[in-house]
Amino acid sequence: MNTEFLGIATQFVLTVALSYPLGKYIAKVYKGEKTILDFLKPAETIMFKLSGINPELEMNWKRFLKALLILNLFWFIWGFALLMTQGILPLNPDGNISQSLDLAFNTSISFLVNCNLQHYSGESGLTYFTQLFVVMLFQFVTAATGMAALAGFMKAFGEKTSKTIGNFYKYFILSITRILLPLSLLVGIILIIQGVPMTFEGKIHISTLEGSHQVISQGPTAAIVAIKQLGTNGGGFFGANSSHPLENPTYISNFVENISILLIPMAMVFAFGFFTGKKKLAFTIFSVMLSAFIIVTSISVYQEYSGNPKLESMSISQSHGAMEGKEVRIGTVATAYWGISTTATSNGSVNGMHDSMMPLSNMVQMLNMQVNTWFGGVGVGFLNYFTFIIIAVFISGLMVGRTPEFLGKKIEAKEIKIASFIALLHPFIILAPTAIALYLLLNTSGNNWLGNEGYHGFSEILYEFTSSAANNGSGMEGLNDNNTFWNISTAIILVAGRYIPIIGQVALGGLLAEKQYTSDSKGTLKTDTATFATLTFVIIMIIAALAFFPAQVLSTIAEHLSL
Amino acid sequence: MKELLKSIKITLILCVFLSISYISILWLVARFATSNNGNAEIIAIDNKIVGVANIAQEFKDPRYFMSRPSCAGSGYDATSSGGSNKAPANKEYLAIVEKRILAILKTHPYLERDDIPADLVTASGSGLDPDISIEGALIQSKRIAEARNVSENSVIRIINETVEKPYLGLLGPIKVNVLKLNIALDTAQK
Repeated sequence: MNTEFLGIATQFVLTVALSYPLGKYIAKVYKGEKTILDFLKPAETIMFKLSGINPELEMNWKRFLKALLILNLFWFIWGFALLMTQGILPLNPDGNISQSLDLAFNTSISFLVNCNLQHYSGESGLTYFTQLFVVMLFQFVTAATGMAALAGFMKAFGEKTSKTIGNFYKYFILSITRILLPLSLLVGIILIIQGVPMTFEGKIHISTLEGSHQVISQGPTAAIVAIKQLGTNGGGFFGANSSHPLENPTYISNFVENISILLIPMAMVFAFGFFTGKKKLAFTIFSVMLSAFIIVTSISVYQEYSGNPKLESMSISQSHGAMEGKEVRIGTVATAYWGISTTATSNGSVNGMHDSMMPLSNMVQMLNMQVNTWFGGVGVGFLNYFTFIIIAVFISGLMVGRTPEFLGKKIEAKEIKIASFIALLHPFIILAPTAIALYLLLNTSGNNWLGNEGYHGFSEILYEFTSSAANNGSGMEGLNDNNTFWNISTAIILVAGRYIPIIGQVALGGLLAEKQYTSDSKGTLKTDTATFATLTFVIIMIIAALAFFPAQVLSTIAEHLSL
Repeated sequence: MKELLKSIKITLILCVFLSISYISILWLVARFATSNNGNAEIIAIDNKIVGVANIAQEFKDPRYFMSRPSCAGSGYDATSSGGSNKAPANKEYLAIVEKRILAILKTHPYLERDDIPADLVTASGSGLDPDISIEGALIQSKRIAEARNVSENSVIRIINETVEKPYLGLLGPIKVNVLKLNIALDTAQK
């Protein structure tokens, strides 16, 4: 069998196999049960003491959200201030300059919302100081924010009736000390062994074999790459992200990084099952997500491995597939697989340039972000899926003429309103700004934004807003996006795409937790069956995918047909 | 206000815990567990640094294997990595590819168009791809043999010695590191 295909098949099986025990472990961590990392407890106690937090204090959902939002607000100010002044701060051996006002605004928000959209290039846009105290710090804490939100949500369903959903700070700190940090250390060490630099020595100057001068950027890359993948962050150390040979030097580093992208989002589904004792429901949800993932992966892998038809007509040999924007050591198959992993999980790192991929690959990549729930971001992806479950429960309730119920809780008008609002918000904040950008492009002069003409140019705009709304962070980098319009508009979309769903979903959890629990009866609609899973899948496709169909037809599908 | 104070404190504590401790642990691992102190892997000949193993260099000399085309900065700029970001059907891009094909046919008059593998006429994602496909190396062997006045078989032998097989023979593509290949050529002729 072809070794490129065997490579991704092995990765895929290994990731699913690892996510199961990890999910079990995560459930234990949030439940406060015994785990092998309990020796960290004294360190955690000191952290809580020093910051004046009582981790045992139970919070209701309003208080939980307040703690989450205030912490995030402070991070925004922190990031903004440091990025604006990085030029005069320490750890800047290469003499990089401070960021402009709108760029610092965009960068701070982009990392704050776990998106990591980058309108600058890592080598020159940041200093080692901001790489560590803004970018890397945010990659940990924002991932932990999403995980803590899901933990509160699981708590809401773990008990029959409860006014409280746990302590935000406790879930937040445990997500870092027990899950993200240990895994990052492990992945970081593997990456170092594979040849990813971990140094503060600055650029290397060399005289090449032919005698010309070459300067090579490096830095504390391994530490940042580990958490960028595990926390579905995706913000690269270098401009070319994980296609850069120092960020992803071997097939094995690519293997480990790709597993890291999918691992926690997959594990979170199992964690929900173990935490709430609804294992069958978790398996059903996992199967829906996995089936969708396999379908989109097949499309993209086929497209990339078949090669670019335009190059085919120039009669060169494309036996390894479409190589533009891809690396030889990774290959087209693993690059296509990564493209799906990174868009399905709201990670956003790339190991090949999406702008140069085949149109149908771009179509499924965007579809992943437009649906935003095939595993999704750490914590938040599962919450998105839950939103669709609520709607599915409501619709099936209407069809069979029963009061909609989910896990023993009545779903009423208020919950439906919140769920529908979140579900419809996503297409709105993608399509409306895309329309505005197109209007500005066509009716005002001097907007030299697009790297490519025609249908593909439309894809670049649609991709950028899709990526922002889904808090993904990958881009079709031909788009010239470091300017006022893009910095400000995407920043607004980023905030809306992150906080409105989180607020709504935690509120949903809190509201349902407070409700009277009614145990299953004969008339209860079973949500852990294949029928219900299919219904949820259909509803996701109707609400999320269909809304984007016209835009996809005009961009990726039109481009595919014109090839 | 009380929550804000908690936020400030917890952030500062996490700075120490993550931005300092986590980084230091990995930095120490890199320093003591790797041969190059956590720096990119450097290749030196006679104590002179000639390159970083994982970073592509430009090779124009007919005596050397050529690297893949690069769109990093003005070409092979390892401070400004990146790809072409051109769409598959972009006319400007297709014209550039055609130019690259013609350039190869000119320096390798013995080749047909369909001998040329795509990786030699397309730019990589980073612009710093250190490798080429084995087909990409083999088609250059005759030209190099002529330029160096050695037998083509000796060049092919060097390619076969330098080629990196899939991991465990099972996972991933076959590739050849261009810098290592060219150094091996020089060493063989000494």
